[in-house]
Amino acid sequence: MLLVGRYRQSMLRLAAAYVPSQAIAEEVVQDAWLGFLRGLNRFEGRSSVRTWLFRILVNRARTAGSRERRSTAVADLAATVDAARFDAAGGWCSPPQPWTDLVEDRLVAQQMTDVVATAMEDLPDRQRTVVTLRDIEGLSSEEVCSVLEITEANQRVLLHRGRSRLRQLLESEFGRA
Amino acid sequence: MRLRLPARRELVCQQVVELVTDYLEGALHPAARRRFERHLAGCEHCTEYLAQISATIAVAGRITADDLTTEMRAEFTDLYRRWRREEDGA
Repeated sequence: MLLVGRYRQSMLRLAAAYVPSQAIAEEVVQDAWLGFLRGLNRFEGRSSVRTWLFRILVNRARTAGSRERRSTAVADLAATVDAARFDAAGGWCSPPQPWTDLVEDRLVAQQMTDVVATAMEDLPDRQRTVVTLRDIEGLSSEEVCSVLEITEANQRVLLHRGRSRLRQLLESEFGRA
Repeated sequence: MRLRLPARRELVCQQVVELVTDYLEGALHPAARRRFERHLAGCEHCTEYLAQISATIAVAGRITADDLTTEMRAEFTDLYRRWRREEDGA
């Protein structure tokens, strides 16, 4: 029972990347759990249980969605940091405003977590998927590549874009001159 | 395969921010890694940028699943019953 709660948000986020509505995402998650329970006696331990669960989920979500959203490809290519923040020589003219020391404050840290959790929803689907698996679920890059069937290089690009976007939001929200 | 960088000039800040993830993932070729670290050593802003990316990863890592609600418990109980029925029927 704890396992279901533990993975629920991540599974919903993952499923949402492939299907058009939250309702279908909920169905896909349920369906993936059923597939997981049915297959438990066939599990051979060649991957972690978690990797296996996510792979089932992604397969079901792909089938349910039967379309990858192409429109996100453009958003995936946006610059990491706004080019206007660099001078002609490529040096910072508008350097990053500090905020990392605020993590020490538990209240502010909680606000930051909320900001990131909300911002995750607005990331392009493929970035959200990779950031969820890597930084929230703590899967290794190898595991993420295996679950999503993408290359290491592709995984890094998506992770890079996603993390950069989240950093920018934290800076906008908490950075100070 | 690790990333190599074109030789010649030193890295500039705008290139460094694009290499941060490759750096953290250990995907830079040793020579590229040394150039990256050499830039960091002389650039407080890029050092701050790298620290912010690391802090962002840490903040994301604190996001956890919502606490189990009654509704979710019911949902799982239902799921489990369906599974048992199928097992028994098989």
